[in-house]
Amino acid sequence: MSTPSGLSRRRFLQTSGALVIGFYVAPRSGLAAMQAPAAPALPDPNAFLRIGEDESVTVILAHSEMGQGVWTALPMLVAEELGCDWAKVRAEEAPAAPVYAHPAFGMQMTGGSSSTYSELDRYRYAGAVAREMLIQAAAEQWKVDPSACRAEAGFVVSGDKRLSFGKLAAAAQKRTPPATVKLKDPKDWKIAGRPTKRLDSPEKVTGQAQFGMDVRLPGMLTALVARAPIFGGTVKGFRAEKAKAVPGVKAVVQVPSGVAVVGEHFWAAKLGRDALEIDWDPGPGADLDTQRLREEFRAAAGTPGTKAAAAGDVDAALKSAAKTVEAEYEVPYLAHAPMEPLNCTVRIGADGAEVWTGTQFQTMDQTVTAKIAGLKPEQVKIHTMFLGGGFGRRATPTSDFVSEAVQVAKAAGGAAPIKVVWTREDDIHGGYYRPMYVHRLRVGLGADGKPVAWRQTIVGQSILEGTPFAPMMIKNGIDDTSVEGVADSPYVKGTASHLVDLHSPKKTIPVLWLRSVGHSHTAFVMETFVDDLARAAGQEPLEYRRRLLSEHPRHLGVLNLAAEKAGWGRPLSGGRARGLAVHESFGSWMAQVAEVSVASGRVRVHRVVCAVDCGICVNPAGVRAQVEGAVAFGLSAALHGELTFKDGRVQQSNFHDYPLLRLNEMPEVEVHIVPSSEKAGGIGEPGVPPVAPAVANAIFAATGQRLRRLPFRLA
Amino acid sequence: MKLNVNGKEYEAAAPDDMPLLWVLRDILGLTGTKFGCGMAQCGACTVHVDGQAVRSCVTPAASVQGHAVKTIEGLSAPGLSAIQRAWIEEDVVQCGYCQPGQIMAAAALLAARPHPSDADIDNAMSANLCRCGTYLRIRAAVRRAAELAGRTA
Repeated sequence: MSTPSGLSRRRFLQTSGALVIGFYVAPRSGLAAMQAPAAPALPDPNAFLRIGEDESVTVILAHSEMGQGVWTALPMLVAEELGCDWAKVRAEEAPAAPVYAHPAFGMQMTGGSSSTYSELDRYRYAGAVAREMLIQAAAEQWKVDPSACRAEAGFVVSGDKRLSFGKLAAAAQKRTPPATVKLKDPKDWKIAGRPTKRLDSPEKVTGQAQFGMDVRLPGMLTALVARAPIFGGTVKGFRAEKAKAVPGVKAVVQVPSGVAVVGEHFWAAKLGRDALEIDWDPGPGADLDTQRLREEFRAAAGTPGTKAAAAGDVDAALKSAAKTVEAEYEVPYLAHAPMEPLNCTVRIGADGAEVWTGTQFQTMDQTVTAKIAGLKPEQVKIHTMFLGGGFGRRATPTSDFVSEAVQVAKAAGGAAPIKVVWTREDDIHGGYYRPMYVHRLRVGLGADGKPVAWRQTIVGQSILEGTPFAPMMIKNGIDDTSVEGVADSPYVKGTASHLVDLHSPKKTIPVLWLRSVGHSHTAFVMETFVDDLARAAGQEPLEYRRRLLSEHPRHLGVLNLAAEKAGWGRPLSGGRARGLAVHESFGSWMAQVAEVSVASGRVRVHRVVCAVDCGICVNPAGVRAQVEGAVAFGLSAALHGELTFKDGRVQQSNFHDYPLLRLNEMPEVEVHIVPSSEKAGGIGEPGVPPVAPAVANAIFAATGQRLRRLPFRLA
Repeated sequence: MKLNVNGKEYEAAAPDDMPLLWVLRDILGLTGTKFGCGMAQCGACTVHVDGQAVRSCVTPAASVQGHAVKTIEGLSAPGLSAIQRAWIEEDVVQCGYCQPGQIMAAAALLAARPHPSDADIDNAMSANLCRCGTYLRIRAAVRRAAELAGRTA
């Protein structure tokens, strides 16, 4: 049942203060509570919003703000049902508590492009329940029937009588929450569904926004950790004398991940770490080498793997096909490289611990911290700060950067809070990469040019293996994140005989989801390969896709919209050519048309026209921003991103050799949203997958070169 | 060392080789200036020294004694600058971490060239990275800031 824990309940009372009245709803008590209905309870508005005497409405966010706009979208949902004045709405991050568990995933987390769509009901209901209680309070005061009252712009109104929410909050919170409440039809929305500017802009343009990196506490120390230069390596021994001689260095302590230098400030800790002398045992990964990995993965791609999708007799169908097309693809390891390097501040006290960090995984962090510190989870307070980018890196199933900071604080002892800061080099060397993958395809076409046999083998490390998610998310040996976008592809499913199989080689390299996860490579493979199939079939790429996707109206909808807006088929000047791609991910459909030119061996992307169908759209302004950003993220990977290994070590270290897209490379981006009343889908990630294939297809159209490796390297 | 930051004199007890970034953040408590790379690759740490945009992560604090340092906190007082208003109107920010550096870079550009061309904007702003990819809106906000400043001038 979604009732807040004692901890969070007290919190709302305590934060009431003199000026702000907590919107506190008394728990359902007695028999009624014991005979709770089987149907899920309405959310307790007490956990999700607070109305102040100053008329402010503070929406409490169960998800972290990492740029995706949850700081604005969730308040829009509450405000829509509550009927408050949008100008009075603000937001704050929730503490870690069971009531804030993700409605679908059962733990408090941010990811899977789900922050808005997963909360469509809970936050609207929270607003609606609060509205009903405000109306009841006003109706009682006026001695009228609640049905004669309505809420609008922060007031309950009945005839010529008006009372503000701020004046009603104290009485409203004593009311019994309604057992049922009806939500507005989205077509009647006044706040949600309209393009709305971000609520977090003012603090982010003035430098006042508090990221984890900005946490400052009395007596706080800063630590840097020297980690093994080779994954799986361990400390054999170390000499700390020179490090300890650096002015401002307070302590040098060994932790499971390496050796930490604790200083008065970053600079002391950094100089101290530079002066450390450590003997490393390189461990089993000492000969890791990208060229060898490539050979190993390619060899594996020629052998049968674990079946991820199968139908018919693919070998027989290939033999009888009119034509066969084959190709091999490769994508590299990638670092998320959020602009804010990882960091985590920890204070361990006698009766509890506190953690300040930008995280996507509060429940894991709380559990892991409690375990290391010898506490109960409820004794660990997590302060979720703004995230200076997440992209999946701040959602590690091991809580790597949080657990390490707790280990440092524990090893250092003492009451001082310690902030562990990663440098950019630590970040690029730090693992948890998007895995490298090799795909091999062999597809047979029938006389009409349509595929009759589809054989595809994928090779790459499993993200989920060895994590707490494995039992739930690895089925029959298949990590869905390795094959999503292929095993469920309409091209594959629409081919009578198909076989998709997977090899998940084990490596010492820690791997993780990166924005769009498996789709970050599968869309590139599928959408460039379909262009090749179209050519083999002698058909035009758009027409060919329309034929293959004729049973998939939402694919067709975005495909046709993007093609129309981009002027597909119309002549282009200046050596430009177009390429297109369409892909479904995270419950949304996205098509993109890229306009590209190639001169002196350099790819220039001029324009990307995007069409998206994400179902019901809560903040169209946020959707546009996410898609624009996704194009940039996809282009970073397509044009630049690559980590390589030699002698066990990652060869890149900072933005000079792991470049990200820069402003002068940013194309014009148009975003067209398909009006829809379908179930809401995600938007943080779906813009990424079509970018690389749309650009690759445009490069082919411009030059005749088919690029099957990321990042693009022209011959 | 003595530092003049945002028009205020500070006495900072810091080693001479300590980068200005860390003196601002860890000694003076001005955390609006961000750490992103530590090697002048990303621009998150951009501040002004005598009106010029510099990368505070590679600038020894001792070297700016006797010069006027301005940070994002100084740009925000007494009220929002035209640039910051433009940033809000264009709904630029996403995660927001790089934006103080972006805004300081834009402020230096607009001080030097009140009506920058698109090429000026590309030249001046391409040294600042944004992983969220807000570049289109940064371009638009710089143009709008030029307009806003022109209107109030």
